[in-house]
Amino acid sequence: MVKPVPQTVEATLELLAKGNYVADRSLATALLLALKMGRPLFLEGEAGTGKTEIGKVLSETLGRKLIRLQCYEGLDVSSAVYEWNYSSQMIEIRIAEASGKHNRDELEQGVFSERFLIKRPILQALEPDINGPPVLLIDELDRTDEPFEAFLLEILSDFQVTIPEIGTIKAKEPPIVVITSNRTREIHDAIKRRCFYFWVDYPDAKRELEILKVRAPEAAEGLAKQVVAFVQKLRGEDLFKLPGVAETIDWTNALIQLDKLDLDPQTINSTLGILLKYQDDIEKIQGSEAARLLQQVKTELAAGG
Amino acid sequence: MAVTVVAGGNGAENEPAQSKLVVNLMHFARALRVAGLPIGPGKVLDGVNAIRAVGVGNRTDFYWALHAVFVNRHDQHEVFDQAFHIFWRDPKILERLMGMSMPDLEPGMAPPEEPPMRRVQDAFRPEADEEREGEGEGGDKDEEEEEPEYDAVMTASSRELLNAMDFDEMTAEEVARAKAAIAKLRLPIPEVKQRRYRPALRRARIDMRATLRSALRSGAATIPLKWRRHSHRPPPLVILCDISGSMSRYSRMLLHFLHAVSNDRSRVHVFLFGTRLTNITRHLRERDIDMAMAKCAEAAEDWSGGTRIGATLHEFNAFWGRRVLGQGAVVLLISDGLDRDAGRGLQIEMERLHKSCRRLIWLNPLLRFEGFQPKSQGIQAILPYVDEFRPVHNLESLEQLIAALMRPAGRRLEGASEWLKQM
Repeated sequence: MVKPVPQTVEATLELLAKGNYVADRSLATALLLALKMGRPLFLEGEAGTGKTEIGKVLSETLGRKLIRLQCYEGLDVSSAVYEWNYSSQMIEIRIAEASGKHNRDELEQGVFSERFLIKRPILQALEPDINGPPVLLIDELDRTDEPFEAFLLEILSDFQVTIPEIGTIKAKEPPIVVITSNRTREIHDAIKRRCFYFWVDYPDAKRELEILKVRAPEAAEGLAKQVVAFVQKLRGEDLFKLPGVAETIDWTNALIQLDKLDLDPQTINSTLGILLKYQDDIEKIQGSEAARLLQQVKTELAAGG
Repeated sequence: MAVTVVAGGNGAENEPAQSKLVVNLMHFARALRVAGLPIGPGKVLDGVNAIRAVGVGNRTDFYWALHAVFVNRHDQHEVFDQAFHIFWRDPKILERLMGMSMPDLEPGMAPPEEPPMRRVQDAFRPEADEEREGEGEGGDKDEEEEEPEYDAVMTASSRELLNAMDFDEMTAEEVARAKAAIAKLRLPIPEVKQRRYRPALRRARIDMRATLRSALRSGAATIPLKWRRHSHRPPPLVILCDISGSMSRYSRMLLHFLHAVSNDRSRVHVFLFGTRLTNITRHLRERDIDMAMAKCAEAAEDWSGGTRIGATLHEFNAFWGRRVLGQGAVVLLISDGLDRDAGRGLQIEMERLHKSCRRLIWLNPLLRFEGFQPKSQGIQAILPYVDEFRPVHNLESLEQLIAALMRPAGRRLEGASEWLKQM
């Protein structure tokens, strides 16, 4: 049975909540548009803000197959779309020769038929699925190069792939496409124009606390509050790489493993590597700066609650 | 199709007027070509056909018909517009040509009030004029009288840019020279091997797909192998250019260089810095150099001011580093290294920059004096982190700049070692 896509923003928020994803209304709106109008969703933002997660959550909650295409430099058609099964083709040719078939057209048609086609993620995503159109997650598109981007244009606007030997393969129902980018370079406007664009930002304190409650439910209430306040303070610092939500969750889980109910400077210093990924940043925060931030956090929390 | 319809209606009585229109159109096209628009002979024919299709009765139609033919990118519009209004200024041309009365100029069609660009002026200068007369062999006296007048006066620009930085617009000759110079530019950066393949003639990797296809095509008993190998391409280029007071005498030339490089290859990002950082990549994409320079002049607010290299590099590292240095970029730093902050914080930022890029090339154009010693703290902070050091003693032209950049690469830090010893 095919689960229907949500029709209202509320329903979209609910759907995401069911998949343990706490989303802003703005993101839900963009997602709703993408789902209803059958266009890709383009998510851009810093690392660790939960872009990839959206694709996963969608496939989970809608019960669709998740097809993930991790991009890398030099990604080409043979690893993203299709490849011919050369060894089988060779055998086919040998058999044809041995059995004395010499009709070249027939042989060509036989060798270049779907039987010898190895389907890669994009072609798989165009195939009909019993659970409804799959979710195609094109992850970190900024890691590929421009030629591949250009190749995507046909797929993203018409949901079809042209294979010279066979012809055009078109999806009966367009897949749900989610594209993510860390913005290590600018993606061409032509791609963005075909998508609904959304910038995934760091959440505010309230939202981040909600996320922690869902993703790290074992954390004590007080600890979660301290963690969120501390991370929010860190994001105000002049750092090379700010900690994302993923880092917050990781850090909280680490603190749970250490049986902490309360933050203290020593623990922060020894676990700072989970939050900050650059030595310069760690050096800057470790020690007195961390203690100062923690002090601030504690006074503010005491005043607030 | 429209052409045949109208042309069919044109009898022999229009013949002389028609041929004069063709000649004038040819001159107009040549003027546009001199002004930098890519117009070939085919376009002139298209123009003639277009004019026939719309008729010459109405100046607006005439304008847009030619516009449709001669302009094929939005940024060419300005040049066309100015050239059109200068060339076809004398309404009598059309009147006499076609024996028709010209309708009044429509309000929207008034010539622009700003002085025309230098290149447009160049295109109507006497030299261009003579060339036209020389080539137009069949032109009799009547025709020459009918030719429009040329405004070759050097109109001083009255435009005052916000930041008091006003570059002379480029002359046609300068544009041509810049193009020629940039065509020669080969940065001392080896091309980078890509994970993509291209067909190869020699033994490399077997291209199974091509092999099988050709096997079927030939149908012979043997299967000839096809090969493929990795393709190469230049890495992305990020240019950080100093525009502080000490560099101001080179600003115009450097902008020419930046514009030429940006339009010469893909994946170029350009930043200007003085006391603040300005990303001018988009402005430089403007194909027209004068427009690009005007936009850059407007975008940066710190022309000819002080230099805070450390602070601006910090900004670059924090906001742009990860966005533009991602794919193994080469950084070209153009600066004299004279820092108002006396190198404070510069070292850390240089180290970060050096670690984030494939190769860091420093072009220092102010080393005019033979007895130069790297005493400045800014220079001392930068030097240890550059891979290529390109001091230039005399930087007066684009050619010299490019020659300095093209000198073959030494081993890492070789260029700087001599200076480092002095430190």
